[in-house]
Amino acid sequence: MKEIVIISGKGGTGKTSITASFAVLAGKDVVVADCDVDAADMHILLQPENKESHDFFSGELALIDQDACIQCGKCDDVCRFDAIDVTDGIYTVDEISCEGCGYCSKVCPTEAITNESLNVGKWHIADTRLNQPFVHAKLGIGADNSGKLVAQVKNIAKEVAEENKKPYVIVDGSPGVGCPVVSSLSGAHFVVLVTEPSVSGIHDLKRVYELVKKFHIKAGCIINKSDINLDKTDEILEFLRSENITHLANLPYDENFTKAMTERKTIVEYGDSNSNSEIKEVINSSWNKIKNILN
Amino acid sequence: MKIAIASGKGGTGKTTLSTNLASYLAESRKVVLTDLDVEEPNSGLFLKSELFFSEDKYKMIPEWNKVDCTLCGECQDNCNYHAVIQVVDTIMVFPELCHSCFACSELCPTNSLPMIPQKMGELQHFKTKNFDFIESRLIIGEEQAVPLIKQTLDYVDSQFDKDVVKIYDSPPGTSCPVIEATKDADFIILITEPTPFGLNDVILAIDTMKELKKDFAIVINRFGIGNDDIIKYCEENKIDIIAKIPNQRAAAELYSKGELMYPKIPEVKAELEKIVKYLESQVL
Repeated sequence: MKEIVIISGKGGTGKTSITASFAVLAGKDVVVADCDVDAADMHILLQPENKESHDFFSGELALIDQDACIQCGKCDDVCRFDAIDVTDGIYTVDEISCEGCGYCSKVCPTEAITNESLNVGKWHIADTRLNQPFVHAKLGIGADNSGKLVAQVKNIAKEVAEENKKPYVIVDGSPGVGCPVVSSLSGAHFVVLVTEPSVSGIHDLKRVYELVKKFHIKAGCIINKSDINLDKTDEILEFLRSENITHLANLPYDENFTKAMTERKTIVEYGDSNSNSEIKEVINSSWNKIKNILN
Repeated sequence: MKIAIASGKGGTGKTTLSTNLASYLAESRKVVLTDLDVEEPNSGLFLKSELFFSEDKYKMIPEWNKVDCTLCGECQDNCNYHAVIQVVDTIMVFPELCHSCFACSELCPTNSLPMIPQKMGELQHFKTKNFDFIESRLIIGEEQAVPLIKQTLDYVDSQFDKDVVKIYDSPPGTSCPVIEATKDADFIILITEPTPFGLNDVILAIDTMKELKKDFAIVINRFGIGNDDIIKYCEENKIDIIAKIPNQRAAAELYSKGELMYPKIPEVKAELEKIVKYLESQVL
């Protein structure tokens, strides 16, 4: 079983549209995982039906028992996150600032502080409208630990793939280079970098690839909206050559991506058999290139 | 006055709005723009500026000093993040998991885990022709954006008076980095695009701002593509849409080159004027 992760550094370059297109092309061969757990969108295109749902507990939150609290202030002294609020001599925990380190509870002389496990979100095993296994999740508002939820979604997706003897897991990652992205890269066999020929697209591609290199994962790149700025597209191609990244495809700037999305379809399913035929062909050939590299 | 630009979904125009709004406002007011998307900071790519000041930013992590250590194991028990682990007769520290809570260090009976600074990123302060610009960037491989965002906000607070208009370009998403970037703001502008993805993610962002009890309004970018669902949603939920930046290939081309839009596209300037009028009526 091979795991393919699609990331971009910069948001809005077309990761999810392309990942969902790969999922449609791969048909029965895949388990799909949406690891952009704080702004998940793939369900819009793949319209899954949840088969099972689970709460996800991660991290802790301090809670002060007012009856036991003697207002000594030791918790406030040790908290590095400004998470202890003191109003009129009453000590309470600011839930948004508390990082659940538990230091306060360890220094409280009356054991007035307990740590509650936090329900930070939900994860689901579903079937897409094409009857493919789909694992996705939703992080609670403002919750911490998105990296851990990403790891959970990936692990479940891999288990489902093993059980059902699926050769590929396709993972839609999140923007950035921080903890959710690090989690989504861990254990991957191939990374697809989706970029666009703009100053920010290139800047973010270079940063996220620096991260990919630390994991020693092979990478390929799709340049979306490649005709928006041909000089920048050349600059990206030069970067791909210098880093030995496989150039998978150039996709044109095409509002059919958005039109397909508003019909809750992927671009490879949109329109009649002749329209977008070039885009469909390019995405299909990218998917075949990835399979060839992996096998 | 602190105004944060956020979105939920990435790539909807946070940086475009932040840089254009800051430049436009700076024609008549004192402005500082801060890029808080420390994982992928982009605002600086759109500004001509000179470096004024820079400094490395550190987080504190424990370092094992084995001389007096009795291997009692308390540090491991006291760390809720599994960042300190005892393996046979060695204490191992995993800095990328450490939240700098100091518990292992200060609760160690033999003071064998002193906290030392570790570089997590760099802050740079630039001067453009008529406003200040600050950005921080996280070192690649460092997982936690929040401590760097926090220190960047502290720097801005220490350098600028209350009456300076402070604009914050926030990270995408709805989790901890966005909370850190928006929780001290007086007003939040949520920028979205009129597509199903844009709508789904802006609703998450709206829920986040409600949870934080923040005043906010919506700007629609790439107006004209997609559908009207965002407008219906805002009408039903009584949320102000303060501007609609039209979808134009020319805008995408200017963006790709790293150029500001409002000096060249009059429709963008007209929408910025609407945003400024709205902000004047609410907070400025």
